[in-house]
Amino acid sequence: MKAFTKERGIVATLNRANVDTDQIIPKQYLKSIKRTGFDEGLFCDWSHRADGSPNPDFELNQPRFNGARILVVRNNFGCGSSREHAVWAIVQAGFSVVIAPRRDRNGSSVPAFADIFANNAMKNGLLTVELSENDVDRIFSAVGGHEGLEASVDLEPQTITLHGTEELVVAFDIDPSKKSYLLRGLDDIALTFEHEDQIAQFENRHDMQMTGA
Amino acid sequence: MAKTLFDKVWDAHVAATLDDGTVLIYIDRHLIHEVTSPQAFEGLRMSGRTVRQPGLAFATTDHNVPTDNRLVIADPVSKTQVEALENNCKEFGITLYGLDSDKQGIVHIIGPELGLTLPGTTVVCGDSHTSTHGAFGALAFGIGTSEIEHVLATQTLPQAKPGTYKVDFTGHLKPGVTSKDMILKLIGTIGTAGGTGHVLEYTGDAIRDLSMDERMTVCNMSIEGGARAGMIAPDDTTFQYISREDRPFAPKGEAFEKAVKKWKSLPTDDEATFDREITIDCADLAPQVTWGTSPGMVMDVTEPVPDPSSVPGYNRVDVEHALTYMGLTPGTPMTDVAVDTVFIGSCTNARIEDLRRAAMVLGGRNIAEGVRLLVVPGSEQVRRQAESEGIDRIIKNAGGEWRFAGCSMCLGMNPDRLADKERAASTSNRNFEGRQGKGGRTHLVSPEMAAAAAVEGHFVDFREWS
Repeated sequence: MKAFTKERGIVATLNRANVDTDQIIPKQYLKSIKRTGFDEGLFCDWSHRADGSPNPDFELNQPRFNGARILVVRNNFGCGSSREHAVWAIVQAGFSVVIAPRRDRNGSSVPAFADIFANNAMKNGLLTVELSENDVDRIFSAVGGHEGLEASVDLEPQTITLHGTEELVVAFDIDPSKKSYLLRGLDDIALTFEHEDQIAQFENRHDMQMTGA
Repeated sequence: MAKTLFDKVWDAHVAATLDDGTVLIYIDRHLIHEVTSPQAFEGLRMSGRTVRQPGLAFATTDHNVPTDNRLVIADPVSKTQVEALENNCKEFGITLYGLDSDKQGIVHIIGPELGLTLPGTTVVCGDSHTSTHGAFGALAFGIGTSEIEHVLATQTLPQAKPGTYKVDFTGHLKPGVTSKDMILKLIGTIGTAGGTGHVLEYTGDAIRDLSMDERMTVCNMSIEGGARAGMIAPDDTTFQYISREDRPFAPKGEAFEKAVKKWKSLPTDDEATFDREITIDCADLAPQVTWGTSPGMVMDVTEPVPDPSSVPGYNRVDVEHALTYMGLTPGTPMTDVAVDTVFIGSCTNARIEDLRRAAMVLGGRNIAEGVRLLVVPGSEQVRRQAESEGIDRIIKNAGGEWRFAGCSMCLGMNPDRLADKERAASTSNRNFEGRQGKGGRTHLVSPEMAAAAAVEGHFVDFREWS
């Protein structure tokens, strides 16, 4: 896996909550048996009109977002299907960071990203950053007021710096094991094989046929 | 220390504890289908790795299956994907219930049918609806393709322990209200991310009343509430289901008796606590219908289409967008909304009991003029059972189409799709934009509600209609 340390690039915003993986990459792209070529399918039902031409009304089609590397969205991004193709599409389209807000609902905090999506992202070196709604609102308004706004996302100090007319620094929290995994960019199957003895011992004592033994 | 059902299954599967506190969870059953697995097998080949426990992996073909003639796949890309699964299973020694198998079907329907899904086990599959298997008291969750490769190579997954969330369904359902309505009501209450980071446990009288087929519908849609897994403690209903002769992978005879004794220790201890709890009263639950483009956008069938300013948990802009996509005007009674297509199928509602309930509605009736009814059994075993009961004839006599088993119009990877702006009553699990076909408009309902909508040409309150 590719390690993630820092990234600097244009910030693109997509002002939608509950973006599901069917939206990120529609079904017709799921038939491929390859690991490449998914960038074409990214948000393609939204980014194209019925006749196949680009949809100028779709936020990410704005020329100001050309070459963007950081994607900012709303709550519960990547919900629905487990398809890892959604992460492949985002990465292959040039993004290396997705930022979304956690949200308060009925007194509890709703995570920014769906579980399976967040896992898939990590396995592909795509950094998912969870911020408060307030911080994400600030990024949305900074991007809205500054064409071609760039940001730096630095994983070691856990900061996002917006390079607008004035620099704005936003700190973020991240699970320490996820952080270390991304910084090192290791092959996690190889890491698991370091515990092969324990797996074999488990298999010896476990009821492998589930017969109640 | 008192433990929940989840804690017991989790603790019994920790193969190793890693330095950062995460653990390697051992996987008892790895279910595989053609869509999410090819890149995982390719990864194994590229790194020169093998499958650690081919005997614990089971594959079937479901997403791409043409349900009118399942042996002929016209789409060359679909065909290539199906052939890739056949070749991968052959190369790595994995059992495949392929297109020519009499046990083929939707992966989450054949697992329990074959006795592969058992209480207290861990089950994974590269498919978010793996949560279905939690109905047996298994810890079952969907994984991505990188994780499929990980399980193939190591039979384990590195995992952080999720939180626990008790969902207590109190009271008893009224006639005409189903387990589909229970789970839709829950999702409408907690939202589509309400269960994120948690494993749900469903408890209460309304759950205990349910058959296994009905329980699977509840657990199936846990993921639509954000939870990767949803579990139900095993009881006599569970054991009876597993004890049937035709479940080849379930323990038999003395082994079964021994297993039941062990399974009886799985239910959550009385003193155990959960990180979160919620109660949903089922006594006055109404049939549910989704009105938007997220499973949490759901309401009682007796209600009108909501105003964008009055939907808890959703921003106005998202509701407006959803209503525009769905072609609905706030204030319209849901029972005035006409449907073009009715789809009865999917891993949520295509088991034999679902089809029997749909047939009860359709028997001696005709579907409304201009309505297309598609009934797709969840497995070839379900199809044959239904045909032996005459369900196929009831559906065809009513004017519906009776198909072979597959995922079909739930996601339209095969030729069964909605056209632009076509409106469907669907027993599936996702009303996302474009899910059933680009521009298609999906309303999620129970099999009874779907069948009644086919007869009337619009939604009805099934409690009064029947």
